Amino acid sequence: MSSEYVLETKDLSLSYGDNQVVNNVSVGFKEKAVTALIGPSGCGKSTLLRTFNRMNDFIDVFSHSGEVLFRGKDIYNSPLDVTDFRRNVGMVFQKPNPFSSSIKKNITWGPKINGYQGDFDELVETSLKKASLWNEVKDKLNSSGLDLSGGQQQRLCIARAIAMDPSVILMDEPCSALDPQSTAAIEKLITELQENYTIIIVTHNMQQAARISEDTAFMYEGDLVEVGETSQLFSSPEHKLTQDYIGGRFG
Amino acid sequence: MSQASSPTVPVVASKNQKNRGGETLENPKFIPNHSGRRMREYAFRAVIVSATLAALFILIVLTVNVFKQGLPWLDQQFLTSFPSRFPERAGIKSAIWGSVWLGGFTLLFSVFFGVGAALYLEELAPKNRINRILEVNISTLAGVPSIIYGMLGLTLFVRIMAFERSVLAGGLTLSLLIMPVIIIATREALKCVPDDIRLGAAALGATKWQAVRDHVLPAAMPGVLTGIILAMARAVGEAAPLIMIGALSYVAFVPESAFDAFTALPIQIFNWTSRPKEEFHALAAAGIIVLLGFLLVCNSIAILLRLKWKDHRR
Amino acid sequence: MQNQALWSGSRKFQKLKESVVTRILLFCAGVSVLTTVGINLILFLESFWFFKEISVSEFLLSTNWAPLFEPRHFGVIPLVTGTLSVAFGALFVALPMGLGIAVFLSEYASPKLRAVVKPMLEILAGIPSVVYGYFALTTITPFLRSISESVEVFNAASAAIVVGIMVLPTIASICDDTMTAVPKSLREGAFALGAKKFEVVSQVVVPAALSGILASFILAFSRAIGETMAVTLAAGATPQVTLNPFEGIQTMTAYIAQVSMGDTPHGSIEYQSIFAVGLLLFLMTLVMNLMSQYIVKRFARRYE
Repeated sequence: MSSEYVLETKDLSLSYGDNQVVNNVSVGFKEKAVTALIGPSGCGKSTLLRTFNRMNDFIDVFSHSGEVLFRGKDIYNSPLDVTDFRRNVGMVFQKPNPFSSSIKKNITWGPKINGYQGDFDELVETSLKKASLWNEVKDKLNSSGLDLSGGQQQRLCIARAIAMDPSVILMDEPCSALDPQSTAAIEKLITELQENYTIIIVTHNMQQAARISEDTAFMYEGDLVEVGETSQLFSSPEHKLTQDYIGGRFG
Repeated sequence: MSQASSPTVPVVASKNQKNRGGETLENPKFIPNHSGRRMREYAFRAVIVSATLAALFILIVLTVNVFKQGLPWLDQQFLTSFPSRFPERAGIKSAIWGSVWLGGFTLLFSVFFGVGAALYLEELAPKNRINRILEVNISTLAGVPSIIYGMLGLTLFVRIMAFERSVLAGGLTLSLLIMPVIIIATREALKCVPDDIRLGAAALGATKWQAVRDHVLPAAMPGVLTGIILAMARAVGEAAPLIMIGALSYVAFVPESAFDAFTALPIQIFNWTSRPKEEFHALAAAGIIVLLGFLLVCNSIAILLRLKWKDHRR
Repeated sequence: MQNQALWSGSRKFQKLKESVVTRILLFCAGVSVLTTVGINLILFLESFWFFKEISVSEFLLSTNWAPLFEPRHFGVIPLVTGTLSVAFGALFVALPMGLGIAVFLSEYASPKLRAVVKPMLEILAGIPSVVYGYFALTTITPFLRSISESVEVFNAASAAIVVGIMVLPTIASICDDTMTAVPKSLREGAFALGAKKFEVVSQVVVPAALSGILASFILAFSRAIGETMAVTLAAGATPQVTLNPFEGIQTMTAYIAQVSMGDTPHGSIEYQSIFAVGLLLFLMTLVMNLMSQYIVKRFARRYE
């Protein structure tokens, strides 16, 4: 591996039809670290995140130029199978979206269709443990995932992603639909997961970014304004825009 | 109508009239004619309420007439006999079994092709021009008169494929007839499944078909089933296409294979109704009760499914 | 971290399966195209043989329809006027009633009442055509005959009334849907100007929903034209051009049904004539269905 980054973009521009929403972004994400993407709504941070596992493929008018490299290989121009690639890059959505089947099946479904050869019961247990959900649900693995509380559902979705043994986990404002207590639980979980996974998290909440991330990237109107160590970026931002945003002057 | 609400505002306000101190809402520039307008409001309500009541009245008259005429004839003998020239010996056995056979074949073909087509168009097909043309094509097919499907069935299944005037040809014809209905209902049900589910599955490395098979289709199932049942109810009541492909009205046997000739409930009812003799009309009414019973069962299942669906989705 | 050994690397089988399934489902969707092609092909082909014998102008312009007995005549006008008189008569019954019911449901009925009336309409819509034929013959016709002696046993009026009842739910439910879709703000704006409810309904809601209402009328008309069993039973088999609704007539569909019930040999001119009539029927309904679809589409766009 030539680069210190698991995932990086080179000169990446993203558009919906004629409307370019991300402009020439080049950024890298370090292995086993949490990187936060912050910026006002509409700045393109979610679109950028969704490019990392090619979820934008589902939008007809989406197009891109530039490169997205996963371990040095361009994910848009390589023989790599897109579904296989998505197995390596897990995703947690804004709104918890467990399947309407049992907790157990929520976890095993992904591995099953991807030909997982190991023991499924063991996989369920380790995944739920890693997502700090095991103790709460171990006695009701066969009840529906939809019967859990919002925060638990979100942790189930994290467990579901972990079960795929990904190297990167993308999180798209995972706490925005949750109450403060559940948010705290998820934040704690993220810091734990950081030991094993590369996490990229989009967030609206600057305190959250400051609390959990190692690096932070600030985007504004499709441009990557500034990226760097979180403590550095929050204490002495280089750009006026970053300063204003962090200072709460807009956004 | 009531005294309390009758207007205090003069119907005609002349310009010379003095405004009484400004505490009322009168304004000489406006002549609102409240009482006249209120009358018209009541007349309007009377008209639309009577339109609704008339429709319900028709439904009641129809049901009462059918039951009054048909119920005395609806007995064991009627249900277990074959048709006959003599009203008192005539029965509906062959028609019931014919309808059951037809229903079976129709269900088989129309569900497979209808749900399959809907899954393709809604979930798998690229959303391009061809897809839109197919969409228009299907809604156009849904509006083609049923007798035209009969002409297609007559030419294609009875003659070209040489299935003759068999229950198989009838089932295939009815399948083509209700396929657009099933496709449209299934697509509507699939559209109601939130996109989260598809994206969640895709993020786990699922292919489109895997996501559809394991999550999207199960979530849409109640809606799909409701559509299928309503379409089947339509198929069971259809007579015109069956007359086209040559369903017989005098059949003194129960079909035993796909290639047997057949009659069906609506055909038998049509035949009895078209005879001048009063007794046969009564037989037709008895047949209608059986047919409506069939449909009632179908619709109750559909309603139950719909209720269950509502609960489920909260 | 990544333990590749635990994941079966080959996706070849999965890909194969995906493409096989996709192709099967594509074929299912193709069946609907084949149906369309099939309908067009058989109608045009059989009509082609018919028009080799009978000129198109004789078919469309002559007013004598006597296909089964010598001397034969194939002027389709009596069947078309028969069909149109039933269809217009049906609309005469169904338009005011259907619109009235829709206004009642969407503007006046409480949710509870609505929950009772809507299923009733659905029942009305679900009753098979042959049952309506029975109703026409055993209830409506005797009723008409009790009013006037001159009403024939088979007559256009009875058929028109019963077809009107059949298309009533179509009109009522589409109009109800489009009027319910009219934004609340529009109504509130009118109420704020001091309008009474019937004024809001008739001068704001109905005009706003006009295209949907129009589409429902066209759709109902097209259904009425294609209706077979009820008109075959009620309207008779006397192809004639008449303005008297109490005489028997024959519609296009009733003619097709009549021929197919007899023993008409394939290849004969009578056999081919039903396809010519069928083609005309198909084209008439097609034009109307496309028109209503177009209107609905335009309407849908307006509130986006």
